[in-house]
Amino acid sequence: MFEILEKKVWSDEAPKIKEFMVKAPEIAKAHHAGQFIILIVDEHGERIPLTIADTDVQRGTINILFQEVGKSTMCLGLLNKGGRIHHVSGPLGKPTHIEKFGTVVCVGGGIGIAPVHPIAKAMKDAGNKVISILGSRTRNLLIYEDKMKKVSHEIRITTDDGSYGRHGFVTDELKHMIEVEKIPIDLVVVIGPPIMMKFVCKVTEPYKIKTFVSLNTIMVDGTGMCGACRVTVGGKTKFVCVDGPEFDGHQVDFEEMMMRQRQYLPEEKLAKEICEKQTCRQA
Amino acid sequence: MSDEKPTKGRQETKPKKPKIPRQPMPEQDPHQRAKNFSSVTLGYKLEHAVTEASRCLQCKKPFCITGCPVSINIPKFIKLIQEKEFLKAVQAIKETNLLPAVCGRVCPQEDQCEKVCVVGKKGEPVAIGRLERFVADYEAEHGEVPLPELPPKTGKKVAVVGAGPGGLTVAGDLIRRGHDVTIFEALHKAGGVLVYGIPEFRLPKAIVGREVKYLQRLGVDLRLNHVIGKIRTIDQLMKEDGYDAVFIGSGAGLPWFMGIPGENLNGVYSANEYLTRNNLMKAFEFPVYDTPIKKFKNVAVIGGGNVAMDSVRTALRLGADNAYIVYRRSRTEMPARKEEVDHAEHEGVQFKNLTAPVRVIGNEQGWVTGLECLKMELGEPDASGRRRPVPIKGSEFTLPMDAVIIAIGTSANPLIAQTTPDLKLNKKGYIEVENETTCRTSKKGVFAGGDIVTGSATVILAMGAGRNAAKAIQQYLQTGEWWKPNGNQ
Repeated sequence: MFEILEKKVWSDEAPKIKEFMVKAPEIAKAHHAGQFIILIVDEHGERIPLTIADTDVQRGTINILFQEVGKSTMCLGLLNKGGRIHHVSGPLGKPTHIEKFGTVVCVGGGIGIAPVHPIAKAMKDAGNKVISILGSRTRNLLIYEDKMKKVSHEIRITTDDGSYGRHGFVTDELKHMIEVEKIPIDLVVVIGPPIMMKFVCKVTEPYKIKTFVSLNTIMVDGTGMCGACRVTVGGKTKFVCVDGPEFDGHQVDFEEMMMRQRQYLPEEKLAKEICEKQTCRQA
Repeated sequence: MSDEKPTKGRQETKPKKPKIPRQPMPEQDPHQRAKNFSSVTLGYKLEHAVTEASRCLQCKKPFCITGCPVSINIPKFIKLIQEKEFLKAVQAIKETNLLPAVCGRVCPQEDQCEKVCVVGKKGEPVAIGRLERFVADYEAEHGEVPLPELPPKTGKKVAVVGAGPGGLTVAGDLIRRGHDVTIFEALHKAGGVLVYGIPEFRLPKAIVGREVKYLQRLGVDLRLNHVIGKIRTIDQLMKEDGYDAVFIGSGAGLPWFMGIPGENLNGVYSANEYLTRNNLMKAFEFPVYDTPIKKFKNVAVIGGGNVAMDSVRTALRLGADNAYIVYRRSRTEMPARKEEVDHAEHEGVQFKNLTAPVRVIGNEQGWVTGLECLKMELGEPDASGRRRPVPIKGSEFTLPMDAVIIAIGTSANPLIAQTTPDLKLNKKGYIEVENETTCRTSKKGVFAGGDIVTGSATVILAMGAGRNAAKAIQQYLQTGEWWKPNGNQ
């Protein structure tokens, strides 16, 4: 059992975004930027992968940030400070390849900003110039702005509705940086919805700017045993859990990945309905 | 027609005892059981067991013991059943095998102890496996199992990586030698393939849980959710955490796919995924349990091993109208246990033998709609000694299908090897050991056994490796002696 030491509900406008600080000293100690955990909310829960957003080795804690979209995240969100998550396994996946590249642009979209955070931090620590682009639908849903400021040399914000920063998408900002500002970029790291990662890759590809994406596919065990998370990268089948979660974005077959992500939509909907009717076991 | 033969004079003078037939195993009706996840076989009742035990000849030179990978004293425990000393019988088994309830159910006895049983030379062998299961279940039903007396603590610490059949055996053997034993298990439940792979209808998970509890009562420290190679490395266990020896029993790893077009379509699964969802995560009880599984109408399982049989029988139980085994050789070459193949057939599984898949066909939404196959014929024997399947030209045909489950084996999991550079692997990525008896790897103090050494095999072979490794670890802890992996270097 893993105790929740702190719970943060993001804001009144974004009540579905929540962040936990969880006591997991061994995981905190072993964690490297880019790695994830798999958790099980309770006895009947499924194994869900979540990327680690922050760690505190001294306190022996890890932070996870999630948005309630389906039953498992809704059940997770019902837990409070002092509550316990049944199982947490990690750190899993390969760490991000960190070295001095030069100028690194870290792009985070939606709650994807949280997993970008430790990567930006590690990139900055390694001597890179870190420029971060944070994208959100609207200002109220923007997360981690202050945290990202601390680990970036420069920060840029975009919102779909123009309520904050550039009116547009992260791709617009990135394109502007490349084409108008002519900033020489050595590496782009992007985490967010698959469609956003796909379009960021489309922006960087003609300029041959190396682009890492971190994929969050459906997983069961998360240790290389089941292959549920498989994706095609450079024409070859790879397992996100042991070969990733980071890949060269220009090689990823995003269409196939997005198609595979939709496999359990009807089941997810059913589970959510049961949960919303409060007929589920947590109610 | 009559089978009666003229009686010979010798038998007239010395009347022979009436021959007792091998006692059949009571099972659930095939049509009924194909729709539920309860145990297929129901186990002997007390009277069946005693009658069956009476068939044992108590051979002076018992071949059955040599046929058993963990050398259970089979005549001894059967004699105790004859004497109705059931609890003593199970203790006799536990001298060499800590998991009789498991082995009695899933061991391929027909290829081991029962294959060499003398009674079997002129008729059917003694049902050793069924008797083993009977006494193990009898013990479980008759109160708490007593704990053996443990020797004083040696002060030595052993880490076991993986709580599968190999790791559990090592842990059980070494805790009884007075060592401190910690098992690190990657998943959230102990048992390895016994919980994620073998279905409930063949091995109820409560039985595995019981055996694991027993080890914990003996003092084994079980740490779940510990993926060694990630949360701790082998080096950290030995250098920082003070373990004197490590046993790696991390099991079969990454599932093989076939490399045919359409394999990443929705509705194509590895057997590992399909079975793990169902067995470990209890997806057959969705939405009571959160992990979903699809209830497909037409399901093809590729492969002819036990895992393929488990998968196809699971598909039937989840409601498939047509559940097929697609296998490129013939039934004779199938590596699955005959009993499993027979059970599958009785339950309504359709066998497409001498058939090789060439392409998975999908629709615009990315879902499987069919499986294109090619007819095969058998040619000359190959390296495995089985006749090689050869495609028949122009024999392509398509089966309408909603799901395809691939059960053609696994390759080695890389997680431990990636973080243990001085651990020598073979060409296929499995851990190299000195030999089967010592289980010593190229790294001092580190032993390995089971599927991570041999590639996909059976529960009992992993247990046999665990038994050997435990002996070798005991010797190493006493003497500190190691081998020279690189000969004279």
